[in-house]
Amino acid sequence: MSTAGLPKLAWLTAIWIALLLAPFWMVPLGGYTALATRVLVLGLAAMSVNFLLGFTGVLSFGHAAYFGLGAYGAGLTLKHLAPSTPLSLVLGMLLAGVAGALLGALIVRRRGVYFAMVTIAFGQVFYYIAFQWNTLTGGDDGLRGFSRQPLDFGLFQIDILSSANQFYYFVLLCFALAVGVMGFILGSPFGRSMVAIRENERRARFLGIPVERHIWIAFTLSCFFMGFAGALYALVNNFADPKGLHYSQSGDFVMMAVMGGMRNFWGPLLGAAVFVVLQDYLSSVTVNWMSFVGMLFILVVLFFPRGLLGFVRQKERA
Amino acid sequence: MNRSIFKAPNRRTILKGAGLVAATQVAGPYVISARGETPVRIGMIDPLTGVYAAPAGNEVMGAKLAVEQMNAKGGILGRPVELLVEDSANDVGTGVQKARKLIERDQVNFIIGDVNSGIAAAIAQVTSEKKILHVVSGGHTDTITGKDCHWNVFRVCNTTRMEANSVSDLLFNKYGKKWHFITPDYAFGHTLYQACSDNLKKLGGTATGNELTPLGTTDFSAYLIKARAASPDVMILLVQGSDMINCLKQIVQFGLDKQIHIAGTQQELESLAGLPPEARIGIWMFEWYWKQAGVPYVAEFVADIRKRNNGKVPTARHWFGYTSAMTFALIANREKTLEAAKLARALGDFELPPEVKLQPNKCYYRAGDHQLMTSAFVGEAVSVGKDDPEDLFRVDTVVAGDKTSPPVSDTGCTLQWPT
Amino acid sequence: MTQLLLFNITNGLIIGAFYVLMALGLSLILNLSNVINFAHGGFLVIGGYLAYTLAPFIGFWGALLVAPILTAITGLVVERLLIRPLYGRDPLYSLLLTFGLAFIIEDGTRFIWGAQGKPVTIPSFLAQPLSADLFFITGYRLFMVTLVVLAVALLFVLLRYTRLGIRIRAGTLDLETVAALGVNIRLLRSINFAVGIYLAGLSGVLAAGQLGLEPTMGTGLLMPSFIAIIVGGIGSLTGTLLGGLLIGLASGMTAVFLPSASEAIMYVLMAVVLLVRPRGLLGEEGMMT
Repeated sequence: MSTAGLPKLAWLTAIWIALLLAPFWMVPLGGYTALATRVLVLGLAAMSVNFLLGFTGVLSFGHAAYFGLGAYGAGLTLKHLAPSTPLSLVLGMLLAGVAGALLGALIVRRRGVYFAMVTIAFGQVFYYIAFQWNTLTGGDDGLRGFSRQPLDFGLFQIDILSSANQFYYFVLLCFALAVGVMGFILGSPFGRSMVAIRENERRARFLGIPVERHIWIAFTLSCFFMGFAGALYALVNNFADPKGLHYSQSGDFVMMAVMGGMRNFWGPLLGAAVFVVLQDYLSSVTVNWMSFVGMLFILVVLFFPRGLLGFVRQKERA
Repeated sequence: MNRSIFKAPNRRTILKGAGLVAATQVAGPYVISARGETPVRIGMIDPLTGVYAAPAGNEVMGAKLAVEQMNAKGGILGRPVELLVEDSANDVGTGVQKARKLIERDQVNFIIGDVNSGIAAAIAQVTSEKKILHVVSGGHTDTITGKDCHWNVFRVCNTTRMEANSVSDLLFNKYGKKWHFITPDYAFGHTLYQACSDNLKKLGGTATGNELTPLGTTDFSAYLIKARAASPDVMILLVQGSDMINCLKQIVQFGLDKQIHIAGTQQELESLAGLPPEARIGIWMFEWYWKQAGVPYVAEFVADIRKRNNGKVPTARHWFGYTSAMTFALIANREKTLEAAKLARALGDFELPPEVKLQPNKCYYRAGDHQLMTSAFVGEAVSVGKDDPEDLFRVDTVVAGDKTSPPVSDTGCTLQWPT
Repeated sequence: MTQLLLFNITNGLIIGAFYVLMALGLSLILNLSNVINFAHGGFLVIGGYLAYTLAPFIGFWGALLVAPILTAITGLVVERLLIRPLYGRDPLYSLLLTFGLAFIIEDGTRFIWGAQGKPVTIPSFLAQPLSADLFFITGYRLFMVTLVVLAVALLFVLLRYTRLGIRIRAGTLDLETVAALGVNIRLLRSINFAVGIYLAGLSGVLAAGQLGLEPTMGTGLLMPSFIAIIVGGIGSLTGTLLGGLLIGLASGMTAVFLPSASEAIMYVLMAVVLLVRPRGLLGEEGMMT
């Protein structure tokens, strides 16, 4: 993956310690636990996008659609089916994953700019459906009237509804699970083939790798992860709304991945942390925060295309 | 308008300083001596970027004026008042996040927000969970003081029922019994349409049709073609904001206003100002209007806002923000407490004083649903202001809120008070 | 019913004409430079606001003439400073950059002109319908369609018969060879970009006459342009022209039967085209793979 051997283990430990202790070191720095939870969820979404973007070399710019589908799936489950948090997570994930599988099959033959455009357009289709189908989704007002339910294990309860800290650790657990699976896939032979496709598609094809099928599988998998992140997001807000499906949300995720470093597994999480915290801070300080975020996009693209972690590693090698 | 927001960083540094002081008080062995100087904080969440940026900015300006005035009079309970403004960016996730930020990190005592009804409702869920007094300044959806009412949530602006009730009789008698609706396809539009068509039925009229237009529709011709084909007496435009501007512009360009009467319910000065003069037509209701001869304190308010608003007059939105913030000061100072439950009970049937209500009729928060019984200013749009270029609306009647509002039993609100 | 249908078909074509103008600019830039210009809606807004600012001094017609040119100059500056460094790279980067640029433009226009919508007046002789029956064909909309037809015709003449045009067309097929033949492709791309932005600015001036002018108006008009390009086929300007008219028509006809679906139909059309003929109606195979 990124750095090799012992330094890698050290890095991993450092990251996990930081994540585990976040509610404690964030607050004195002017943060708040809900912010950390948001970083985790959006970071997972950015990592899911990067699963396609950084590791398979496929530019899907409409990926927020699956994020939004996961959110609506979770919300609708909690609202109409059963007040069960785990079930909502699973169903949200399934909704997004199945949609991804179906749409992926339609577009795997396209590449580059065309692929990007088509994913944007398809993403907007879902946005549009969420927006228009008011009776089901609440339309522009969003899906309301549900909330994350405390987890009841019989002997004890984890109150993720009212305790910000307990909810943070629940999300961290989910994050860890998802990231674990993602890492496992990337380390597997299938994951290797994804990188091969990214590096040189023609050669991969000559090596006998069924490129279209692998891209389709990678696309579907990333949609499952996206849906999971989206479901978590619905739990964070106790709300699901069409904005989560809009291409501007997709743009944010791609930017997080690029900003953190696309070629790095943890890059998108770093990118998400920087992006979310910066946006949170800027939007409190000035009403022109959009200009700053826009400038950030431009600066990263022009001067830091490898992202923060890529920049750091360049320095390391030099 | 934008300039006023740049004062916020000064408040931010005050906040950081206050936060540091607070932190040392917790961590260090210092005696609590400066507690009396800790400011009372009002958190305000509004969509300062996005399609509602104009009304949101005006609400914030009104609230800022209120905070200045209250501080000049000694603040709340002798403590200075701070207004912390956050941008919800017209996005629910952001709105909820900012609400949590204001409550958990910034420890605000009160919350105002949002212009967007959906976000207002989502924030209300957070504030009721955290037991913070919350005034919804500009979100109109009925459920906020209806079936989704909370003991800690109050609302200043009209409900859709109130708006519909204020104009229905007038339009029926003046224009006729066949109405055709242009309705924005979201909760606000649907409830407004429901209210209007219920009234129409009661009066014995007929709805010749209801065109549901998606939010952000730029081209209304398809809907107008249909409306025209139905030959109504009057076309009722329920769309708002840029949709209202686009629709009216096109109606006038098509010459439809010469064939059919044009009217609606809610209209705002922001929309009229954004229209070319020939499109400023129709009978509407305003939720508050700046030109009220003979009504005390209005002229002073207008002058105060003009100073901050590049010489432009206040709109209803300024008044919403002003009233929301002032409500906290008035009730807290009267009850001599900051406790949300006590204040919420005290606000039941609380009447606004003349210098805040800025209207001729009695204006009070109804105890049963926490809805402000504010007046409806019914009148007609004016294409060119006579004495003042901003006098774009001629007010004919000012109807009191408790006359336009349905009784509490009809709103579907049952307040659950904390034990 | 047939009258209603006829009304809506005519109406749809008028709407489609507007989409064509926007989409053509986007398509020009996409074909030659491989750049998806997310800021295209932003340039539309700039065109509208410039017209609003200039109109009191040089009138509506003056603004119509000057504002798109000024917008195109802005486009040139943007291309030179921000987009040129990205040409060799993955299309991802230009996408992100124009995306950020769109943010800046929206915020910038809000900062300069305020969030409040601005009233734009069009010449009164245009703001009239042709007749009481054909009320939705106003002089202004007719004028708009005429202008679009003129602009499209000029564009095609430019591309067909001028040296610049031939170079642009050659460039969309094989930029390397064009460069090898001694053409200054940097200049070529810049001019191409400027022409595309000119069309966006022109759309903005026309839109301001019919819609409320406010900073967020560009975003809603961007998506139909995308769809027009996908439906018509990437790489083909005639395809984009056709695509724009088609989606306008589809939208207009759907408004008769199911108004709430009149926007959705564009997406449905796109999905159908992608399933049945993935390269688009007039797209060239292998153009964008």
